[in-house]
Amino acid sequence: MTRPVPHDPPAPEVSAPDRGSGLRLKGITKTFGSFVANDAVDLDIRPGEIHCLLGENGAGKSTLMNVLYGLYQPDGGEIVIDGAVRHFADPKQAMAAGIGMVHQHFMLVDVFTVAENMILGREPGLVVDMKAAKATVRALSARYNLPVDPDALIEDLPVGVQQRVEILKALANDAKYLIFDEPTAVLTPQEIDELMVVMQNLRDEGRGIVFITHKLREVRAIADRITVLRRGRIVGQAKPGTSEAELAQLMVGRAVDLSIDKEHAAPGAVRLAVDELTVANAAGAIVVDGIGFEVAGGEILCIAGVQGNGQSELADALLGNVPVLSGRIRLDGADISHATPKRTIAAGMGFVPEDRQHDGFIGSFTIAENLVLNRYDTAPFARGLSLDLKAIDDHAVALRDEFDIRTPDVQNPGSSLSGGNAQKVVLARELSRDLSVLVASQPTRGVDVGAIEFLHRRIVAERDRGTAVVLVSTELEEVEALADRVLVMYRGKVVGIVPPDTSREVLGMMMAGVSHDEAVAVSRAAGEGQGE
Amino acid sequence: MAGTDPRTSRLREWARSRWRDWTITLAAFVLALIVGAILMIAADPAVAGNFAYLFTAPGLALGAAWTKVSTAYAALLNGAIGSPAALAATSAAAAPLICAGLAVGLAFRAGLFNIGAQGQAILASMAAAYVGFAWPLPPVIHLVVAVCAGLIAGGLWGGIVGWLKARTGAHEVIVTIMMNYIAAGLLAWALTTTVFRRPGRDDPISPEVPASAAFPQLWGQLHLGFFVALAAAFAVAWLLERSTIGFAIRAVGANPSAAGTAGMNVGATTIITMVVAGALAGLAGVQAALGPSVNGVPVPLTEGLVGTIGFDAITVALLGRSRPLGIVLAGLLFGGLSAGGLAMQSVAQTPLTLTLVLQALVVLFVAAPQLVATLVPFLKARRARVSLTGADA
Repeated sequence: MTRPVPHDPPAPEVSAPDRGSGLRLKGITKTFGSFVANDAVDLDIRPGEIHCLLGENGAGKSTLMNVLYGLYQPDGGEIVIDGAVRHFADPKQAMAAGIGMVHQHFMLVDVFTVAENMILGREPGLVVDMKAAKATVRALSARYNLPVDPDALIEDLPVGVQQRVEILKALANDAKYLIFDEPTAVLTPQEIDELMVVMQNLRDEGRGIVFITHKLREVRAIADRITVLRRGRIVGQAKPGTSEAELAQLMVGRAVDLSIDKEHAAPGAVRLAVDELTVANAAGAIVVDGIGFEVAGGEILCIAGVQGNGQSELADALLGNVPVLSGRIRLDGADISHATPKRTIAAGMGFVPEDRQHDGFIGSFTIAENLVLNRYDTAPFARGLSLDLKAIDDHAVALRDEFDIRTPDVQNPGSSLSGGNAQKVVLARELSRDLSVLVASQPTRGVDVGAIEFLHRRIVAERDRGTAVVLVSTELEEVEALADRVLVMYRGKVVGIVPPDTSREVLGMMMAGVSHDEAVAVSRAAGEGQGE
Repeated sequence: MAGTDPRTSRLREWARSRWRDWTITLAAFVLALIVGAILMIAADPAVAGNFAYLFTAPGLALGAAWTKVSTAYAALLNGAIGSPAALAATSAAAAPLICAGLAVGLAFRAGLFNIGAQGQAILASMAAAYVGFAWPLPPVIHLVVAVCAGLIAGGLWGGIVGWLKARTGAHEVIVTIMMNYIAAGLLAWALTTTVFRRPGRDDPISPEVPASAAFPQLWGQLHLGFFVALAAAFAVAWLLERSTIGFAIRAVGANPSAAGTAGMNVGATTIITMVVAGALAGLAGVQAALGPSVNGVPVPLTEGLVGTIGFDAITVALLGRSRPLGIVLAGLLFGGLSAGGLAMQSVAQTPLTLTLVLQALVVLFVAAPQLVATLVPFLKARRARVSLTGADA
C-alpha cells in the first residue's frame, strides 16, 4: 500500500485527450547552459487537490514552478490549462491565467501598507483607489479567515502575517492554482499548522495547490498527491500515506537513516560560559538581551527559535564578529568577550556560519583553499609568508576522502560544489582542527537529506570527542535529533532551557515567547479539553 | 579516453580558459585596427575626398586608402618592433605602464578600484627626483635610495587611502580621485618653491637628476628600469599566488564577509594592499623620474612628467585581466603602440592621438567580449564547437 509507485513515462494515449479541467505540465525541459534543471517533467495539478512537489535542494522544484509562473521560458514542453496550450511570457500573463505564487522570499514592499501592496503591479489607471483596496483586503481576509490589518506597514508585521498578505495577493487575483514555494521555512510550528489549515480550506474551495517542500513531515500531513523530483527528473509519485523513510529514499535515491543513534551525553567540565551577554545589530537595536548559559564538553546545546530572534547575532558574538556591548564570554576559562575572530579561532572555536555562501565560503577560491580558509597562515600550510601549496593540496585530498566531498578535483572552484558538498567543506574545515567549542548555525540548511545524515553524525562524533557544541537551528526535527539540551530564544532573551524530549507543542509555544510552565499548562489543558 | 590525472586536466582547463581570453583579445585588437583605419581615412581630407568618386573610380579611392592605412600601420609596427632600437623604445615605454598596471591590478584583486595610481606616481616621482638632484650620494647607493624614496612616497599616498577606507569606510574611488588632484596640486606648488625649482629658472622645472641616480642604460633606450618592472611583476605574482598575504588579499577581494568570518583582518588587508599598490604605482613614477630619455639623461621634474600614466594603468590592468603576466603583456602592447605611434606620426603624418584611440578601442572591445563575439561570427562558431567537444577533447 505504502510502496512508492514507480514513475512510468507517459504512454502516448494518455497525453492525447486533454478535455478534462486542470493544469498540466507536459515534458517541460529547462536548461541553463549545459545544466539540465528540468528534464521532460510532467505534472498534473487538479482543482481541489494539494499536490506536493518534493525534492532536495537543487532538484529543480523551484525552476519548474518558475517556468509555470512565467519567470522562465521552457526550452521544451508545454503548459496546458483546461485543454488549451498556454504560453506565459511573464508572470502577469500567468496571473491572468489564474496562477498565483506565494514566494519563498516575499515579493512585498516593506515600507508600503498591506493595502498598498495588494494593488501593487495592477494599479488601475492613474488614480489609486485606496478605499477599494482596503475593502478588498478586509473582504478577502474575512472570507479566508486570514486576519490582516490593511493599514499596517509590511515591515511591522511578523513573518507569518507577511505570508498571509502574499496569499491574499494571490487570492485577490482569484488564482485557481496556487503555488507555495517552501512556505514553512520561516514559520513557527503553530504558524505552520495555521498555514496547513489555510491550504486545506483553499483546496476544499476547489483550488489546485502546489506545495513545494523538502520537509517530509509536512508532506505526510497534508498532501493529496506527492511527486518527487530528483536531479531535474520525476523519479516517482507516492501516495499520501507513504512513510518518511520511503519518501526520503525516493528523494535521495538510496536508503536514508533519518534517526541518529547517539549515546547519552557525558558532559564534562564547562567549556563555554556566557554571562549577561548583550549585543546590538548594525542599526543599534539590542538583539541579544542579557543572555546567559553554559555548555559543557561532550554535550550539544541547541538554540531553538524562529529566525530573527537574535540567534544569528549570538553566534556572531561568540565568534567575535560583532562587538559585545556588555557581558562576558569565556572559552575554557579564558575571556574572549572582546576577542577578534582570529583569536577565538586560535583559541579553539569552530564556527559554521548560518549563511554559508555569504560568510563561510569563497566561490571563486578552490576547494583546497576553502578548506584552509581560517588557518592558511599557520603550519603546515605556511612557512613564514610563503604558502605550502603541496600541504594545502594534500590536506584537501585527505578531507575530501574523509568527508566524502564529491568533486573530481580539489583544485576546482568552490562554486562548482552543490550545497551539501559545500557545507561538507565548511564542516570539514572546522572539524579537522582541535576544537574546544563548535558553534554551528543552521548546519543543514539547503543541504540534501543524504548529506544531512552525514553532517549530523559528524557533529555528534565531535561532541563525543569532548567538544562543547552549540547548535543554532530553526528546524525542530534537527533540534530533536541532536540536542542534549534545548535553549529557546525569543526576542533576544532566553525563554527557557528544556530537555530535548519536550513536546513540539510546548517548544512551539516557547518559540512564540510563552514561558515553559505556561506552555505546559496550556498544552495539558488542551489535551484534557480534547479528552472530554 | 584521456587519462584522468588531475594535473593534466587542470592544465587542459587552464589552457582552454586562457585560449578564450587570447582569442577575444586578439579579435579586439584586430577590430580596433579596422576601426582605426576607418578613422584614419575619414580624418585625412585628401584620402577621404577620393571616396566621392568611389563608384566612378573605385580604384583611386581604395588605392589611396590602402596606401594611407598600410603606410601608417607599417610605420606603427616598425616603430614598435621593427628593429632592436624600436624594441628598446617599446621596453622603455612599457616599463612604467607595467608598474602602474600592477598597482591597479593588485588592488583590484583585493576588490579595490585604485583610480589613484596617478597621484601615487606623482608623489613618488617627486620624492625620487628630489633625492636624485638634491642629495649627493655615491653611484648605486644614490639610485637605490632614490628608488626607495619613491616607493615609500607612493606607498604612503596609497596607504592613506587604505587607512581611510578601513577606518571610516570612505569609498576608495572618490578618495583616490581626490588624492590625484591633491598630488597634482602639490607638485605644481613644489615646483614654485626653491626646494624643487631649478636655480635661475622662472618656469616650473626641477634641476636635472645626475647619472648616479638614473637607471643605467643598457642598450639604446633599454634601461634597468624595464627589468625592475619585470621583477615587480614576478614579485606580485608570487605575492598573490604563493604568499599568505596574497591569500588574504584575494579572499578579501572575493568575499570580505567570509574572509572576516575566517579570522582575516579585512581592514589591515585593505591597508596593506593599498600600501603595496601605492608603492607599485610609485615605481612607475620612479621610472618616469629616473629613467633615461632618448638623450641618455632623465627628464627633469615638471608638472607633466608622469603624463597620464595612472589612467593608462587602468586600461593596462583591464586588458591584462588583473593578472601579473597579463599586465606585462598588456604593458608591452601599449608600450609598443606608444613607441610605434611616434614613428607613425613622423612617417604617415597620422596624429599621435590615433594610438590613444587604438588603445581605447582595444580595451573597449576586450571589455565587451559579447560584442566581439557578435562582430566576429567565426569566433562564436568556434567557441560553440570548443564547448561541444570540450567533454572529450
